[in-house]
Amino acid sequence: MAIDKLVVGPDPASSPPGGSPTPAAKPEGLLQTVSRSARSNVRQYGMVVALALIVILFQITTDGILLRPLNVNNLIMQNAYILILAIGMMLVIINGHIDLSVGSVAAFVGAVAGVMVVTWDLPWPLAVVAALAVGALIGAFQGFWIAYVGIPSFIVTLAGMLLFRGLSLVILEGQSLAPFPDGFREMAAGFIPDFAGGELHFFTILLGLAVSAAVAWNEWRTRRRRLYYNLPAGPVSWFVLRIAALTIVINAFTFTLARYEGMPIVGILLIALIVVYSFVMNRSVLGRHIYAVGGNRKAAELSGVKTKRTTFLVFVNMGMLAALAGLVFAARLNAATPKAGTNFELDAIAAAFIGGASAAGGVGTVVGAIVGGLVMGVMNNGMSLMDVAIDWQQAIKGSVLLLAVAFDVYNKNKSK
Amino acid sequence: MTDAPLPDLILEMRGITKEFPGVRALDDVNLQVRRGTIHALVGENGAGKSTLMKVLSGVYPTGSFDGEIRLDDKPAHFKDIRQSEAAGIVIIHQELALVPLMSIAENIFLGNERDRGGLINWHETTTQTLAVLRKVRLDEDPATPVAGIGVGKQQLVEIAKALAKDVQLLILDEPTAALNESDSQNLLNLLRELRDQGITSILISHKLGEVLAVADTITILRDGRTVETIDARAEKVGEDRIISGMVGRDLDHLFPPRAPHLGETLFEIRGWNVFHETVPDRQMVIDANLHVRRGEIVGIAGLMGAGRTELAMSVFGRSYGKKISGAVYKDGQEITPHSVSDAIKHGIAYVTEDRKQYGLHLEEDIRHNVTLSDLGRVSKRSVIDLHHEVVEAEQLRRDLQVKARTVFQKAGNLSGGNQQKVVLSKWLFTRPDVLILDEPTRGIDVGAKYEIYLIMQRLAAEGKGVLMISSELPELLGMCDRIYVMSQGRITGEVSREEATQEAVMKLMTRTRTSAVS
Repeated sequence: MAIDKLVVGPDPASSPPGGSPTPAAKPEGLLQTVSRSARSNVRQYGMVVALALIVILFQITTDGILLRPLNVNNLIMQNAYILILAIGMMLVIINGHIDLSVGSVAAFVGAVAGVMVVTWDLPWPLAVVAALAVGALIGAFQGFWIAYVGIPSFIVTLAGMLLFRGLSLVILEGQSLAPFPDGFREMAAGFIPDFAGGELHFFTILLGLAVSAAVAWNEWRTRRRRLYYNLPAGPVSWFVLRIAALTIVINAFTFTLARYEGMPIVGILLIALIVVYSFVMNRSVLGRHIYAVGGNRKAAELSGVKTKRTTFLVFVNMGMLAALAGLVFAARLNAATPKAGTNFELDAIAAAFIGGASAAGGVGTVVGAIVGGLVMGVMNNGMSLMDVAIDWQQAIKGSVLLLAVAFDVYNKNKSK
Repeated sequence: MTDAPLPDLILEMRGITKEFPGVRALDDVNLQVRRGTIHALVGENGAGKSTLMKVLSGVYPTGSFDGEIRLDDKPAHFKDIRQSEAAGIVIIHQELALVPLMSIAENIFLGNERDRGGLINWHETTTQTLAVLRKVRLDEDPATPVAGIGVGKQQLVEIAKALAKDVQLLILDEPTAALNESDSQNLLNLLRELRDQGITSILISHKLGEVLAVADTITILRDGRTVETIDARAEKVGEDRIISGMVGRDLDHLFPPRAPHLGETLFEIRGWNVFHETVPDRQMVIDANLHVRRGEIVGIAGLMGAGRTELAMSVFGRSYGKKISGAVYKDGQEITPHSVSDAIKHGIAYVTEDRKQYGLHLEEDIRHNVTLSDLGRVSKRSVIDLHHEVVEAEQLRRDLQVKARTVFQKAGNLSGGNQQKVVLSKWLFTRPDVLILDEPTRGIDVGAKYEIYLIMQRLAAEGKGVLMISSELPELLGMCDRIYVMSQGRITGEVSREEATQEAVMKLMTRTRTSAVS
C-alpha cells in the first residue's frame, strides 16, 4: 500500500541513508502515485482542481468567451492588484496576523502618486519609488504597533483602514485626479514589446517556452532530489504526465495572449513577484522565520528567532505590496480616486484562505494565494460575462469562500 | 469483596483491534476491570494506552474498531464522548480541560449546568460544588477562578467535575505528570478513598512507583498488544518486572553507569535575581549562585514554583522575567546574553519543559524543527542550502535514533519520546557548550528515558556542561554529579552525588524562606 511509506517505520535502522545517493526506485503504480500525492497535498491539488473546474464551467456557460484572448488578457489586468495584495496577505496570515487596511492603503498611495504626478508634475518613475516608500512606511507604522507594542493586528489594521481611507479623501479633497502620463499607465495597461511583428506576438510565445522549460527543469530537479533522499517519487509516467500538462497549460496560456497583444507588463510583474516571494518563503532564513513565528510563536522565540522583527518586516512588506497594488490600480483606472481599493482587503484575505492558508497561522504558500486569487477572479469575470447581477455575485463568492475553507478543515480533521 | 468467587467486572474489553492507515495501533487487546478497584494501565509511549481509552470513551466511535466492549456485563456501543459519559465513564486527560478564567463551580458544571429553562441555578450549582469539593478534599471558594489555584488543585477540580457527572469508571491519563511530590501523594490518596466509595479507576501512568503504590491490578501493553495483567494484591510485584514487560527486555539499571571526568568551571551564575513578568514586586529567583564544570551533569531539584524554570529561562537570553540582575560567566569570562540568539551564540542551549507548546513546531517536519535555532549554519547569505539542511538533520536523526522514516516527517506525528529527541537534536544542532534541560524526560516512556540519559552522558563526556531540572528525585539522584536544591526562589542547598539521598534533597526542597536565611 502506497500510503504505508508515509507512516513512521518501527525501526530506525530500516530507514534510508539520507546522505548517500541510493536511488532505489520504488515499485509504485501510476494510480497509487496519483492517489498518494493527491492525499498528501489535498490543499494544493484541491484548489488547482477547483480552479480548473471553475474555468471549464465558465468556459461552457459563457459560450467560450472566458478563454478568448481578449478576455484572458482582461483577467490578468483586472486581477493583478488583487493578486499582488494576496501575496502580501498570504505572508501576513502565515505569520499569524491579518491586515484589513490594504484597500485603504492602496487608495492612499494611489492618491499620493496622483498628487505627485498630476498636481506637482514630478517624473513618474520618481513618484513610483516615492509611493512604494510611503507604502513601506505605512507598513512600518502598523507593524510597530502590532509587533512591538503588541496590539492585535485586527485592531491596528482596522484603525489603519479607517485612517488611510480618511487621509485619501483629505489628500484628494474628495475629487479624482487624472490623467496620468502614458509611461505610468503602461504599468497596468501596457504590453511587452515584440521584436518580430506578425499575427502572433512572437516574444510572448518564446517567453512561454522559456517558462515551461524552467518549470520542467525545476520539476526534474525536485524529482531527482526525492529519489536521492529515497522519498516516494512516483513512476516516470506520472512525472512525464505532469510536465506535459504543465507545459501545455503554460504554452496554451502564452499562445492565447500572443493572439491578442502579447504578455501584459503587469503579467511579467506578477510572475516576478511569484518567483521572488516563493523563493523567499522556501529558501531564505527570513521565510523560514515567518512560518516559524506563525506556527508557534513561543517556540520560535525560544529558538532565537527575532519574532517581533519578523512580524514587523512582514507588515513593512505588506505596506509596500499594498502601495504597488494601489499604483497598478491607479494606472489601470488612469485616475487616483478616494474610493479606490474599497473591499480589496476582503478579496485578498479570501484569496489567501481559498488558497490554503490556515487561520491559525504557519501554513500556506505563495502559489496557493495566486490560485486562490484566480479562483475569485475567474468567478468575478465569468459571472459578469454571464450577466449575473452584482448582488448575486457577492453571495456566490461568499459561499465559495466558506465552502473552500470548510473543505480544508474537513480534510485536516480527517487526516488526524 | 476480594473473596468474590466470580470477579464482578465493571468493564470488559475483548479483542479490541484498531487500525489507522498503515498502522495497527491496537491488536487484539483484552482488558478486564473489576468493580471497586484501581486498575493501572502501563506501557511505553505508543504502546496503545491512549488509543485504548479513546476506544472506550467513544472518541473513536463504535464501528471504527473491531472487538467488543461490555459495561456491567452489557454490550456498550458509544458513538461519542457524551454517550460514554452518560454511562458513567469519564476521562481526565493529561492536559487539563478547564477554562482558566471561569470559576471552580462554573468549570465543574461546564456542559452539565444546573439550570432551569436555560437559566443557571446558582444556588444549586454552589451547594453541589461544595459537596463534590468536600469529596475531593479541596477547600476552596467555588467562585475562585481556576487560573488562581495551582495545578495540583486544578487536577482535583477535574476529579470533582467527574464526580459531579456521577462517574462510575474514572480514567486518569498521567494525572501526576505535572504535580509535585506532595500533590501527587494527595491525589493518590484520593484515588484510594474514591475506591472505598465504590468508584473504579483506570490509572495510566509512567511513574511506576505510584502504580505500585495504589494499583490493585496492573495491565501491561506493548506495541498495541496486552502483555499481561498482574494482580498486585495477590503477588509481590517490583518495578523491574513491569519495566521488562513494557520494554520486552530486562533493564538492569534505570540509569546507565558512568564515570565522570570533570574539567574546568565552564559556566557560572553569580548573584542572580529575577522578578515576575507581570507581578512586578514578586521575586522569582533570589540571589542564586551556581556553577557547572566541563563534563559535569548538575541537577536542580525543587518543587513546582520553586523558581527553577524561571532561573533557567532568565539566564537563557532573558526569555523570562523582569528586572534581571546578576552576572553570567562562561569559561571565566563574563557574558551578557540579552536575547535568545545571543545566548545561542554563546553556546547556551535550553530545552524547554513543555515541548509541544514551547519546543516544537508540530506542523513542520523534523528537518525544519532541527535547523530553526541556527539556520545560519546551513545557509549562505541568508539563503538556505536545502541539501545541506537535510544532511545535517538526517545525521542528528540517526545519531539520536529518532524513530521516523525520514526527516521529512511531521513532528506532530511522532511519539512523545521521539519528539523530545527532535527537540534535543534541535539544540545539539546549535553546537552548545552548556545544555540546560528542563524536565527532559517528562511524559516519555522508560526506554526513551534511558536513551535520553545516554545522550546526556555522552554530551558530558564530550566536555560539555549539562544542567538538568527535574521533578523526579530518583532521576536526579541517578544522573547528577551534583544537585542544587531550590525552594521559594532561593538555592537552599547543594549536595554532591555521595551525600545525595531522597530524604536530604527533599528536606532542602521544602525548606521555607525564613529557615533558608539562617
